[in-house]
Amino acid sequence: MSRYSEKDTAIVGIGMSEVSRGASKSALALTVDAALEAITDAGLTRADIDGLATWPGEHANGSGFSAVGCATLQDALRLEVNWYAGGGEAPGQYGAVFNAIGAIAAGLCRNVLIFRTMYEATARKTGFANALMKPGQRQGGPFAWYAPYHTYAAALQQALMFNLYVEKSGIRPEQVAQVPINQRRNASLNPKAVYRTPITLDDYLASPIIATPLRLYDCDVPCDGAVAIVVSRMDVARTLPNPPVRIEAVGSSMRYRNSWAQLDAFDTQAQPKVAKMMWSRTDLTTKDVDIAQLYDGFTFHTLNWLENFGFCERYGAKDFIAGGTRIALEGELPVNTGGGALSGGRLHAYGAVHEACTQLWGRGGARQVKGEPSVCATSTAGGPLAGCMLLVRD
Amino acid sequence: MSHQSAPRRVLPLIDGDNRTFWTGGEHGRLTIYRCGECGYYVHPPVPFCPKCESRKVAPEPVSGRARVFSFTVNHKAWLPGLEEPYVLALVTLAEQDDVRLVTNIVGCPPDGVTFDMEVEVVFEPAEDLWVPLFRPVKAP
Ligand SMILES: [Zn+2]
Repeated sequence: MSRYSEKDTAIVGIGMSEVSRGASKSALALTVDAALEAITDAGLTRADIDGLATWPGEHANGSGFSAVGCATLQDALRLEVNWYAGGGEAPGQYGAVFNAIGAIAAGLCRNVLIFRTMYEATARKTGFANALMKPGQRQGGPFAWYAPYHTYAAALQQALMFNLYVEKSGIRPEQVAQVPINQRRNASLNPKAVYRTPITLDDYLASPIIATPLRLYDCDVPCDGAVAIVVSRMDVARTLPNPPVRIEAVGSSMRYRNSWAQLDAFDTQAQPKVAKMMWSRTDLTTKDVDIAQLYDGFTFHTLNWLENFGFCERYGAKDFIAGGTRIALEGELPVNTGGGALSGGRLHAYGAVHEACTQLWGRGGARQVKGEPSVCATSTAGGPLAGCMLLVRD
Repeated sequence: MSHQSAPRRVLPLIDGDNRTFWTGGEHGRLTIYRCGECGYYVHPPVPFCPKCESRKVAPEPVSGRARVFSFTVNHKAWLPGLEEPYVLALVTLAEQDDVRLVTNIVGCPPDGVTFDMEVEVVFEPAEDLWVPLFRPVKAP
């Protein structure tokens, strides 16, 4: 196996602010909470942080989609860094992590603080929160092909993909339901999850249709919250208190048409070649994976990733999740063990990476997976956006 | 409750490449960029052919026939006055199946739309543009 630079980096600390449907403090205050917690958890101080990264960078448009960017956080914490980057044109939300790996490999920095802040719950109370377009204004860029057709939310674009997946796979609503039911059960054991009351199949089937075949319980929960992680160079990581969570392999490719309309891998989203790239950079296989924190902006993302990672065959997710036993905390592949974005809150893949480390460090409390899990597959997604990582506790 | 008028379509910014697509409806024409060397249709419009690398790519009228590639029936009232349910769809051009157009399907009940349904273009005027929509092809 040739040498890949991600293997020389590790997650060494994690932090998460309060997560809610209406924050008690500002988006920046939440971000500071998460950042300081992560730095302290890593056994570092502000002075040790020499890199800063986020995805997708600050969107100062009131949508709450990305309320805090690198500049604002850097000044709030008065960090002195050798390198920083925030931007949305990357392989999904983990693009910030991939950038940090590159910066560490280039010798630009040793300890990168990576964060993601959501403030969508508050934004939706104060106005029409839409990260896509502004009614009454002409739309530029690739979304201009969708804007004229009453495409008011990403849910509509994703429903086009989900519906084709349903058509091709034959999955039925009562089968899809296993994903949100399992995650709500996990959330009931997670004190930080936004929604903690278990749901039943009847609850799922009774939840309103947003855009066929997406129901309300297929969608993640807009929230206010921030997550931060510290990624360090491996020689530094080995000197710190937490066992390094090594980034064993990444998938960051884009070998499809990079478009929400023309994407050739439409019902699988841009995941198959991304997952293939990740597996090509490691000797580990699906059999080595103990837990999976799979992107769940919508339930169907999770179904896609189960197939595209190779945990089951194409269109086999409906059988893999049947009855919910395999993906349960006690199952052979516990999935989204903290409740995911569906129940825990839409922390946009950074909730997933936080939960991955929580489990790998044995901090899961009532939801801790038995047997000291040491390998986690985790992923981000959304149409042409896809990125994934294999994390291994040293 | 006061009656609100339906929200207007959010129209695209027009540039040198997309102008013919959004204005061709004035003359009842759907136009798509096409390579003058190898005949490949290039959409979204770019004056470059990814198949043969020719720069001789220019808008050309097409039949306006297409098939439903995927669709969704929206049930959520995202904005006041929005009439739902309505159908958002991707249709593939009859001339070339890797050209997909985003559209709304009109002229039939939302629950009447199916995968692979044959549709044809109609245009809805909006300010200085003509928005291509698609409706089921009438049975002969
Ligand atoms: Zn050509």
